[in-house]
Amino acid sequence: MIRLEPALLLGAIGHGETGAVVRLLTAETGMLAAYVHGARGRRLRPMLQVGNVLGVDLVTRGDDRLPLATPHLLAANLAMLHGPVALAVVDHVAALISTLLPDAVPQPRLYGMVDALLMAAGSGAAAHTLGIALARLELALLDELGLGLDLSSCAASGAREDLAFVSPRSRQAVARGPGQPWASRLLPLPAFLIGDRDADAQAVGDGLRLTGHFLARDALAGTRQRERLLQGRARAVTLLTAAA
Amino acid sequence: MASPEIDALTAALARLPGLGPRSARRAVLHLIKRREVALFPLLEALQAVTANLVVCSTCGNVETSDPCAICRDPRRDAGLLCVVADVADLWALDGKHLFSGRYHVLGGRLSALDGIGPEDLAITSLVMRASDGLVREVVLALSATMEGQATMHYVADALRPTGVKVSQLAQGLPMGGELDYLDEGTLALALNARRPVG
Repeated sequence: MIRLEPALLLGAIGHGETGAVVRLLTAETGMLAAYVHGARGRRLRPMLQVGNVLGVDLVTRGDDRLPLATPHLLAANLAMLHGPVALAVVDHVAALISTLLPDAVPQPRLYGMVDALLMAAGSGAAAHTLGIALARLELALLDELGLGLDLSSCAASGAREDLAFVSPRSRQAVARGPGQPWASRLLPLPAFLIGDRDADAQAVGDGLRLTGHFLARDALAGTRQRERLLQGRARAVTLLTAAA
Repeated sequence: MASPEIDALTAALARLPGLGPRSARRAVLHLIKRREVALFPLLEALQAVTANLVVCSTCGNVETSDPCAICRDPRRDAGLLCVVADVADLWALDGKHLFSGRYHVLGGRLSALDGIGPEDLAITSLVMRASDGLVREVVLALSATMEGQATMHYVADALRPTGVKVSQLAQGLPMGGELDYLDEGTLALALNARRPVG
């Protein structure tokens, strides 16, 4: 038996009469699926809500069968208390991470970012804060998937300063001067994605547009749930930008 | 060793919720032994349901007539509409005679992970019903889960242009609930929904 703690619950799909297959994210083992007996019973149902932080005792059953998980609650995600923005963010992040991350690959950096964002949504953080965290998380996710943006220097001049755009084709940053004549064809690069701590509402919108473009074009291309995931993301972004 | 027909019946029953192979075999034996009082009435009931089963085109309830008995009932308050995710929720609510209005079944909950989007749910027909001038209030009776609550907010947004009052079920302590047995989420919801005494 292996004890996984803490593990973020990112999805639970009913299986059989009372059980469910859960999708968990941990720092050390990354994404993993497991079967929970009695998941839809009175005792476990409240525990198996998306965003909750669990401790899980895992029993493996051979290579061709899902491990059995016995969960216990470490911290409940209370996004339900904080309205549509928090719920849409939790829903989108859980679905996106659960769909895109490969199983059994350690994710210490992403785990920390997902945990922080879900916790922020569950504790009623402002939409502005959630928007910044979401754009940073999506950027890190692209990076983790091998689809990261090259934001280190300008594709045209090689300059490392005043990077203001990203090429929607090559994923490379472009500095303000060389990029200005083609500004309408480039994606704005907000400073908070390359080091600055603060961002205004415009920058948050730009950041989410930037990551959204590459998620839709590259990361989600060919995935079964592409349209649904983009629909969920669009709702989260609309609510975030309206509330920011 | 049973005949292939009996085996097929056992296998079909074993696929029903609440039954496994053993209990299905017991049920089949019971049906065979008590053909007059168990098997034939069951057969008739199944045939009647199979022949007449329809989905109500107004509310989405599963019934044997369209519109269903609830939508046809003139004693029900046409100004109150209760929105539920599934037919099972409608039956649970209506079976206890707690609600005097009419219902609308969405047909599920939004879930990006399961591939269920707004166009898979009966939201457009709900907005049309809410706009008919008769409806005063829409009660969103959706589950207290992330998916249920996300769906609730989506439906509330869709209903906003109609101008009807939109309410949701209260959340918090269950009847007979002892505080020390409740989970953190339920306690937080109960505290959040506290109200003045008296």
